[in-house]
Amino acid sequence: MASISQQPAGKPALLSGRNLGYQFYRLKNRPEVVIGALCLAFLGFVVLVPLFQIVRDALTYQSYDLAYVPDAEVGAFTLFHLDRVFLQPISKALFIKPLLNSLSMGVAVTAIAVTVGSGLAWLMVRTNIKFKGVFSAMLMFPYMMPSWVMALAWLILFKNDRIGGADGLLTSMFGVQPPNWVSYGFFPIVITLSLHYYAYAYLLISGALATVDNELEEAAATCGMGKWQRAWRITMPLLVPALGSAIVLTFIRILGTFGTPALLGLPVRFFTFSTQIYASINARNQGDAYVLALVLIVMAITFIWINSRIIGVRKSYVTMTGKGFRKRESDLGIWQWPATIGVILFLIMTVALPLLLLLWESLTLTSGNYSFSNLTTYFWVGEGNVNLAYGEPGVLHNKGILGALGNSIKLGFSAALFNGMLGLLVGYAVVRGRGLRMSKWLEGVAFAPYIFPSIALGAIYIGMFSTSIGPLPALYGTFAILVLITVIKNLPFTSRTGIAAMLQIDKSLEETARVQGIGWFRRMFRIIIPLSMSGLVAGMLLTFITAMRELSLIILLLSPGNMVLTGVIFGYQEQDMAQHSGAVTLMLVLIIIVVSVLVRVLSGRAGVQGLNNN
Amino acid sequence: MEQIRLSGIKKSYGGAVAIENLDLTVHSGEFLTILGPSGCGKTTTLRAIAGLEEPDDGVIQLGDTTVFSRHDGVIIPPEKRGLGLIFQSYALWPHMSVAKNITLALKEQKLSASEVENRLTTALEMVQMGDLRNRYPSELSGGQQQRVAVARLIALRPAILLMDEPLSNLDAKLRTEMRAGLKRLHRDLDATTVYVTHDQIEALTLSDRIIVMNEGRIMQEGTPYDIYHHPANLFVAEFIGDPRINLFSGVVKAGRLECGDLTLPVRGGLSGKLTASVRPESINVSFDTKPHWLEVKVENVQPTGADTIIQVHAGETPITLLQSGFITLDVGAPLWVNFDLTTLNFYDPETTNNLGQA
Repeated sequence: MASISQQPAGKPALLSGRNLGYQFYRLKNRPEVVIGALCLAFLGFVVLVPLFQIVRDALTYQSYDLAYVPDAEVGAFTLFHLDRVFLQPISKALFIKPLLNSLSMGVAVTAIAVTVGSGLAWLMVRTNIKFKGVFSAMLMFPYMMPSWVMALAWLILFKNDRIGGADGLLTSMFGVQPPNWVSYGFFPIVITLSLHYYAYAYLLISGALATVDNELEEAAATCGMGKWQRAWRITMPLLVPALGSAIVLTFIRILGTFGTPALLGLPVRFFTFSTQIYASINARNQGDAYVLALVLIVMAITFIWINSRIIGVRKSYVTMTGKGFRKRESDLGIWQWPATIGVILFLIMTVALPLLLLLWESLTLTSGNYSFSNLTTYFWVGEGNVNLAYGEPGVLHNKGILGALGNSIKLGFSAALFNGMLGLLVGYAVVRGRGLRMSKWLEGVAFAPYIFPSIALGAIYIGMFSTSIGPLPALYGTFAILVLITVIKNLPFTSRTGIAAMLQIDKSLEETARVQGIGWFRRMFRIIIPLSMSGLVAGMLLTFITAMRELSLIILLLSPGNMVLTGVIFGYQEQDMAQHSGAVTLMLVLIIIVVSVLVRVLSGRAGVQGLNNN
Repeated sequence: MEQIRLSGIKKSYGGAVAIENLDLTVHSGEFLTILGPSGCGKTTTLRAIAGLEEPDDGVIQLGDTTVFSRHDGVIIPPEKRGLGLIFQSYALWPHMSVAKNITLALKEQKLSASEVENRLTTALEMVQMGDLRNRYPSELSGGQQQRVAVARLIALRPAILLMDEPLSNLDAKLRTEMRAGLKRLHRDLDATTVYVTHDQIEALTLSDRIIVMNEGRIMQEGTPYDIYHHPANLFVAEFIGDPRINLFSGVVKAGRLECGDLTLPVRGGLSGKLTASVRPESINVSFDTKPHWLEVKVENVQPTGADTIIQVHAGETPITLLQSGFITLDVGAPLWVNFDLTTLNFYDPETTNNLGQA
């Protein structure tokens, strides 16, 4: 037997073969470090590098600037773009107006959406309102629809003769032209966006409300506090973090949203940041678009920072025991039925009515004629007729649409798959590597896409992937770039799901397998993946839904070669082909709903939890 | 049966030292317990043996194999060390049945189906769980889960057993029962065993040898008898024994230690400041007055059933007594006590080291 004296202690020299070998075996023993480093390198490349790149492009002359500055040297440092956007007379149209429009729109929509969402959350969680099960399922529907479905429905109802084309339902029935401010611009944008984004506030706040222990309020009651005092002094402060993130989340999404402001704003030249970025890129003034995108990102970061400053300290005392506790519902009394009917009407207005209007529109032979004699199934099953809709065949015979449908589904599934894998690996590396600096960095980088408003991230990716980078070919116009950007944009949520799932798997479950001689891959497939499956499936379903209904994120990256359904709809709407856009939208919503229901049934309703966490 | 040797093991987390230059040998077939308060480095030591924790320096040998040597650049992963480990939480895989839990690692080893089945049946029989093989961990009680963890270990037939506080999640009654079970397991498997606990009763009842650790260092190494009767220092004296040992500090004058209201005879050669220890059960008690015995006043009486803990005061000095039987006494009643002088230990209050017995 070897004796200890032959095995002296002490470390070998840093660069000796023995030490290098040791470090190699050491690394081999710590898969979380290897995975973490790989994830960090990949995310750094697809998140941070593009950001540096647009900063660089915004501060140097680009070839497209030669039209304005013929003697400029491409690549030389310049403040030309900043000057143009912020200081030149064109700034008013390019920057000031979109800024004011975006801000006022953001404030108004956030105020309405968070108020409506909180009210609904309170009704659903804390009162004895009727039909809770049905309602809470129905309230998820707006989440599954593209945010601009409401805008399409609005146009069907209130379109006027401003931009020509057919009349809306209102005009055709009563012969009155709605004024411009009703048909287009700020007012309808705020209304339609609010009626979509309340769902996010509702999900966040109902989740938080459900975790506030009734005992805390009962304790206050025993201290002699009245009902309103309890709500104001106890419940509200506990909800502040959730309320804060609901506000910030909604606001950032509004800043980055493209579909609705484009559909309802562009006809009256009402520009927001997102539509202005789109217009700048279409006008081949990428420099302007990059500067605007950077301003958007700075604004988003500022709001996140303010939010964390205000509620950061308080977050620590939110008491979430994770244990089940009694929930007491307050009795609505005589208001029980009125409140129930109110919610039913609200759901009809925000879910059923828009879809019905789209259906009706898709069944009209000539736009703007809503009589029964004008109904047709042509736009669904028609083979194509030169006299109708520029000869475009009906949805079910239309190669372009069916191709885009295939792309959408492919995009949804591949984004979900990659996101699930990446979320799992990031979660594994972050949780197992706790205490390492790398773990913190990884968590931070995975969260970074959260601060990029969708349209801004799209602009960044145009900048980065329009040329080849090293061995990577130019990705612009390919399907791969759509998958990549969708995966990255959803990463904050899936990596959070991954981290949460990994936190629930005690370290010892993996360690005991290690000690028993089971290698890393087998541990992943036999233990880690099965145990985190329900969380992963929920996260993947979320990515699927988001990918299917996404427009703001990918609008700048779409081309005929990688067209998806949302892009097709936007195209039809731009050409004033309302029947086609209505039919395709319905098809899209139907597919999303069918897949969500299927996944939930198959995974034993495991998905509900994850969706509520978003 | 394999010997475990650790030498010069060091481990710190950031600035906090978890293990400070530890040398330790576990003999073949021995049941060794590492005992100490939480944060003393006992679990880190165990995890270093298993390979789940990587020491900053030192050498670890299992049998003839060096599994870790910082100097020689050797590090063998836990997967390849071939030992058995029971976690405090049992670490049963919740998505697998009892049988799957036990056979997963066996199948990884590519054992034949009949061999796997054979080992599964034997292991389940040994822990008397034969009829529960298709249950899932969530359908088992705490004690049953613990037995599955043990069966999983038995089926693997490791030469070295590591146990990390395996009883601390069980209620008191079950703990006594499982303690006997673990002792039998050690005998049956004839494996070298390292057992980590903060519970002195487990350490005293199970071990061939005990190592008491504190703040990353070994405070004492010895048989349970030695540790209990001849604590090497004040830390061990106070850590072992329930109720807590009596300590009396004072100064030696004319061959006697004078500490407040009582004086104790000391061994020749001791002088200056001194601390004496005596176990509560080593003090004789009389309910009637006895000549030359010390009169004390009853402060508090706690009958535990078989024994009674009596706290008394000799003047200002508190003394704890342990008497067998269920005793009731009035507070303030007088008692007469006499120390068994052969059980006295003396310590240097500066170094806290044991200076020997009376």
